[in-house]
Amino acid sequence: MTLAVRIRHSFGDFTLDVDFEAPPGLTVLFGRSGSGKTTVINAVAGLLRPDEGRIAVDGQTLLDSKGCVDLPPHRRGLGYVFQEARLFPHMSVRQNLRFSRWFRKGRRADFGQVVEMLGIGDLLDRRPGALSGGERQRVAIGRALLGDPGILLADEPLAALDEARKAEILPYFERLRDEAAVPILYVSHSAAEVARLATTVVALENGRIAGQGPAAEVLGDPMLTPLGARAVGAVLSARVVAHHDDGLSELDAGGVPLFVPRLAQATGQTLRLRIAAQEVVLSRARPEGLSALNIVPGTIERIRPGDGPGAIVSLATPAGRILSRITQRSARALGLAEGMPCHAIIKSVAIAPQDVGGRD
Amino acid sequence: MGWLEPQEWEAVALSLRVSFWATLVALPLGVFIAHALARWHFPGKQLLNGLVHLPLILPPVVTGYLLLLTFGTKGPVGSLLQDFGIVLAFRWTGAALAAAVMGFPLMVRAIRLSIEAVDPKLEQAASVLGASRTWVFLTVTLPLILPGIIAGSILGFAKAMGEFGATITFVSNIPGETRTVPTAIYAFLQVPGGESSAMRLVVVSVVVAMGALIMSEWLARRAAKRVSGT
Repeated sequence: MTLAVRIRHSFGDFTLDVDFEAPPGLTVLFGRSGSGKTTVINAVAGLLRPDEGRIAVDGQTLLDSKGCVDLPPHRRGLGYVFQEARLFPHMSVRQNLRFSRWFRKGRRADFGQVVEMLGIGDLLDRRPGALSGGERQRVAIGRALLGDPGILLADEPLAALDEARKAEILPYFERLRDEAAVPILYVSHSAAEVARLATTVVALENGRIAGQGPAAEVLGDPMLTPLGARAVGAVLSARVVAHHDDGLSELDAGGVPLFVPRLAQATGQTLRLRIAAQEVVLSRARPEGLSALNIVPGTIERIRPGDGPGAIVSLATPAGRILSRITQRSARALGLAEGMPCHAIIKSVAIAPQDVGGRD
Repeated sequence: MGWLEPQEWEAVALSLRVSFWATLVALPLGVFIAHALARWHFPGKQLLNGLVHLPLILPPVVTGYLLLLTFGTKGPVGSLLQDFGIVLAFRWTGAALAAAVMGFPLMVRAIRLSIEAVDPKLEQAASVLGASRTWVFLTVTLPLILPGIIAGSILGFAKAMGEFGATITFVSNIPGETRTVPTAIYAFLQVPGGESSAMRLVVVSVVVAMGALIMSEWLARRAAKRVSGT
């Protein structure tokens, strides 16, 4: 199932003008607050009518301002996980989960299976007011899934949660993505979430699309800085090779060994790593006498000066594309140029635990 | 009711009947208008709002007279209803209409406040889950505004029990037909030796009013607890 969205909408002096496709998998609408992400997702849900455009899921047209099609939200067959869970306070968890079944016939989603997957079996008879934030959000995900959605929409579903609760919810979205049960359109401004979840990224900036494509490409493209240079980072895929006694885990990224603080994942499992550009230092010669553990050789692909004194250098390495944020002065002093061999020095702390996500 | 004279008991029973029907008939319309005022945007909204509140501001005698002009047997609506065999002027049904009109603003205000307190985001969530507008109202909005509906009904009922000016102007003070408790108290005070009857009805009024208030508080608290989701 593919979602095709083309909308134009103005309010005040802000104009939203986007055209993208969300293929199966998890598509993240990524951008700063005010970039128009929520407007897009609400237009898909039918909660907001854009000035003009067309929204379709495979063959079914949800909105076509030219053809005068505008299905009301209840006939769009979608699921929506909001930032706040929005559970119905006067109903039990069970009644919340079953809500859509009163209106949609011919269900495929299995109640017991969804309840088991989300681990909410013990909560069924409780009221939403008696649940923790993380529990509420899990119930909200279950409620959306049991509506048998053609597309699952999620608008910053983790933004209102603390780090521990985020870590509790993230794996469920990963599971949904990997089981490919439902295509997901996920709004986020968190680079860590994007790196961990996205199969496709649509980066929004001031109501326009700054870039779209597979996650590793968009996030690793130094030309795309929808979040500002600070948030730019590369996404690498690595396999857990060993857990060492000194509290470190050894990973293998395309033949390059990387060491990170001890991970919970078992040996042999594949992970996604996010390496923020500002945590990577460059050296022309293979550095010696340095305390950094992770040194990756590569070739300079591109140097992109930023607006300030900084520059983003992208490096092609056997492990994948790595980005480094250095000053333009250093780039000149080192005489960096495209095509030049170079070493990326990654402080192992740069691979933050919340940036390390499991993936099949 | 041994301690009430038959004609006093008659007034109490009539008042209860008038107030019950006034509240019951006004309630669906009250919920609809409160919902329209709280949630919809339409031309003439301020006019409707003013119209609903008019009986609260106008002298009750004026409201009663306007009702007589409109719903009297020679009035535009009254003569039409008469063709269907419905007569309101000088009947207990007219007293119920007067009571309903006078209590309506209080009822609508209470319900409107409770509708405005319902988060529209919950209604959005319900519509995305497949509920049409009617179902969203019935399954989400209505249960959540139950405390407001109860409060509005009790207020409307209490106002109907105490309504005097519009009632006496529109349907007069006919024993057994339109003599409700307040008009009965007034009538007893006009005749020598009527003080003791008036006093007993005053006691009844106070008891009914207090009872209604306590019951509404209790029901509203119960409903609020149910709705708060704990």
